[in-house]
Amino acid sequence: MKTFEKSNSFYQVFERKSGPAKEATHYCPGCGHGNVHKMIAESMEELDLTKRTVFVSPVGCSVFGYYYFDCGNFQAAHGRAAAVGTAIKRTNPDAIVISYQGDGDLAAIGTAETIHAANRGENITVFFVNNAIYGMTGGQMAPTTMIGQRSATTPLGRKEDIHGNPIRMAEMLATLPAPTYIERVAIGNSKHIMKARKAIKKALRIQAEGKGYSFVEIVSACPTGWKMDPVNARDWLVNDMLKVFPLGVFKDESDNQDEDAWKRHFEPFDKAKVDVYLDRMKSAVGEIEPTVLPEDLNCKFAGFGGQGILTLGLFLSQIGMRGGHHVSWFPAYGPEMRGGTANCSVNLSSERIGTPLVDHPNVLVVMNQPSLELFEKDVVDGGTIILDSTVVEGTPDTKRLNAVMIPASDIADEVGTPKVANVVILGALVAATDAFTPEFCESTLRAIIKKKSLIDMNIEAFRRGYDFVKKA
Amino acid sequence: MTEKIALDVPFMEVSGELCKGCQLCLAVCPKSVIAISDKLNSASYHPAFYTGADCTGCGLCFYACPEPGAIRVVKP
Amino acid sequence: MAKQFMKGNDAIIVGALAAGCRAYYGYPITPASEIAHAAALHFPALGGVFIQAESEVSAINMVYGTSGMGVRTMTASSSPGFSLKQEGLSYCAGAELPCVVVNIVRGGPGLGNIAPEQADYFQITKGGGHGNYRLIALAPNGAQEMCDLTMKAFELADKYRNPACIMADGITGQMMEVVDIPEGVTDLPDHSAWAVTGKPDTSGNLISSIVLDPHDLEDHNLKLDAKYKEIMANEVMYEEYKTEDADLIVVAYGVVSRIVYSTVDLAREQGLKVGLLRPITLWPFPTEVIARLADSASAFLAVELSTGQMVEDVQLAVNGKVPVHFYGRCGGVVPGSEELLDEFNKITEGVTQS
Repeated sequence: MKTFEKSNSFYQVFERKSGPAKEATHYCPGCGHGNVHKMIAESMEELDLTKRTVFVSPVGCSVFGYYYFDCGNFQAAHGRAAAVGTAIKRTNPDAIVISYQGDGDLAAIGTAETIHAANRGENITVFFVNNAIYGMTGGQMAPTTMIGQRSATTPLGRKEDIHGNPIRMAEMLATLPAPTYIERVAIGNSKHIMKARKAIKKALRIQAEGKGYSFVEIVSACPTGWKMDPVNARDWLVNDMLKVFPLGVFKDESDNQDEDAWKRHFEPFDKAKVDVYLDRMKSAVGEIEPTVLPEDLNCKFAGFGGQGILTLGLFLSQIGMRGGHHVSWFPAYGPEMRGGTANCSVNLSSERIGTPLVDHPNVLVVMNQPSLELFEKDVVDGGTIILDSTVVEGTPDTKRLNAVMIPASDIADEVGTPKVANVVILGALVAATDAFTPEFCESTLRAIIKKKSLIDMNIEAFRRGYDFVKKA
Repeated sequence: MTEKIALDVPFMEVSGELCKGCQLCLAVCPKSVIAISDKLNSASYHPAFYTGADCTGCGLCFYACPEPGAIRVVKP
Repeated sequence: MAKQFMKGNDAIIVGALAAGCRAYYGYPITPASEIAHAAALHFPALGGVFIQAESEVSAINMVYGTSGMGVRTMTASSSPGFSLKQEGLSYCAGAELPCVVVNIVRGGPGLGNIAPEQADYFQITKGGGHGNYRLIALAPNGAQEMCDLTMKAFELADKYRNPACIMADGITGQMMEVVDIPEGVTDLPDHSAWAVTGKPDTSGNLISSIVLDPHDLEDHNLKLDAKYKEIMANEVMYEEYKTEDADLIVVAYGVVSRIVYSTVDLAREQGLKVGLLRPITLWPFPTEVIARLADSASAFLAVELSTGQMVEDVQLAVNGKVPVHFYGRCGGVVPGSEELLDEFNKITEGVTQS
């Protein structure tokens, strides 16, 4: 015995629906949405997917999909169902995600979401109900409205030169490499409907098997929006719409896909795993070994990009962190970025640091000419200025400032490469300020320099800079 | 509104309250065994009904009908 | 306590991971992109989701999707991108979905520039999207708080089923500081009562913000409003610095508060009795404490990187008891301590004269 009756994937009574008729849909007489709903429910039930299905309703006449389908339900913002569906599927790859959308939702306001979900090959199923009109909002022109078709916003009929042409989404999406299955079907007559049933079931099966993105466009009827009686509307669909929206399979790679080929990986929250992961994030300098700062350091490091100015600041910062101090490092951010100069502000303090910006440094490092002119005047009286005399000409005001002129680039070159001039400067800075012992700095550098083959060269550069000041 | 029908022959039935009178079932029925009632249902539609004989149980009316619960077809 | 020296933007992702966030959806924009970079590195490595969305709009709607499954999720952007997310945030609030959205505010309006501003204050604290809703808004002022307040934002979002926003700026994002890496991740709440997970036990649930009947929608709004009042009563966070005997109370948040710490110290050295009230939650705003301080202080000064937004909330809280002054820079110009000290002097001279 064969019985054709309401699918068990529908709620028996549509309790979420307002009003008295709790077993009838909210759709107008002859509306195609009901037909499509019935075919989807039937396939969900036959494939035994209902209880793990998440049905995403769009904005439009099918906004109330959740009245009907006895599964998990989302209602999405206009055009965003494919983005919402993407996230649902990625967050639970075992969920069956149906993005049910009309032509305004999918092909106008949601075009980007539609294309990119398809292009990523999201393992979801998109059912695109194309009825050539905006139904819910009162019969305006849709992206799929036919040339000549009258609507509330094309009262004289859609014209190619004013409104553009009806858009063929199935054909467009079929140009993308990722989608697995793209077909256009219709509900114009019984033959169409039987084919549509097969396509809808196939699309859901492809998803259930993890074979990737499936898209079924269903050319449907909107008797109310078209101002036709339901039977004439179906005739118009068959005789007129299908000329512009030809039926057929535009892409089918389902037989060439392995099962679960498009199933993405996701692991639920695992506290222990995150704990281990965070533990690995801690600094290589290891435990804090408190040191005493003779005075707070408010440093400005300035030079050309590529001289390791920012790295110099980071090295000092990490030495300061290991010493148990408050530290802030801030890269040049604003007009002084221009002209290829780089600078950073570093504060080391035994107390909480206020502004991270150093307007008046007590230590200024200068590794190019413009920076000397730009920043020397800002240094506080009695502050220290360290300049790389290999590349910077001129002498700072030695009456006002404690000046260290060190041929850092030359020394670095002797050590092995001019690239470690910044570390030579670091050695000089530590010597000039007595902020840390050289041994403390060297052991910190050993911990934080990632490329182990470069450690010895950096240590030598540091020591040469340190000794240059101490032995002067 | 359906009468008791012998269970060994195919039949279709329409829920007179859920039918919205769109007549799509009439249009697809190969045997023309569905008709429209003169009376209005509580939603002010003239519902379809089975004329009572010659249904083959093909199910085309079921799929043509947009309402999930309005038509039921039994083919023994 | 394990420490790391890190950027504020990176610290946000550390906080997110520690809070059990499993999915990040984002779109590139300066100066927030580093948050996405860190997420791209860490989330997939932990079996989570990272998607570079096709747009800011898609990103927030992906957040809507994952959040509706009861899984912690976030997105981050900067001002123009944050504007694009408003519709999605309204939907999240309407559907009562917890999520965290970071806005590394840049100069506006329009494309503006990438320098720090605080001119998205109105948008964030007064509800940038449509309808009656509020964002829980937290304003970190350093790398440690970028981490800690991100964790707090997830906690509050879940507790109240509402989006929470981290409002920061390019300086707080770019600046590196010592961060205590969180130890021990808190257990996550069970959301199966309302979430739609794609598993049979939640198949009766619905994620939606549509309420057709006007009376029902009014009830829904009143329910949300009651929730917001509860947040206002319970979740205000602020910091007071040297306010006890202060004649002048400076109100500043985020990076500006860092500058004001220094300026308050300078002012105290000069004998000016100045203190700082720093809102940590911008919404709910610390109205009560400001009202209390207005009983003892002679004047208030709101300092912002805007032409005057938070100052309105300060005025509402002070309620005419004492003068409320405003000093703002915008376009990415950040005031220095001397500049602020001049302003303090002007106001305190006025106070002395009157």
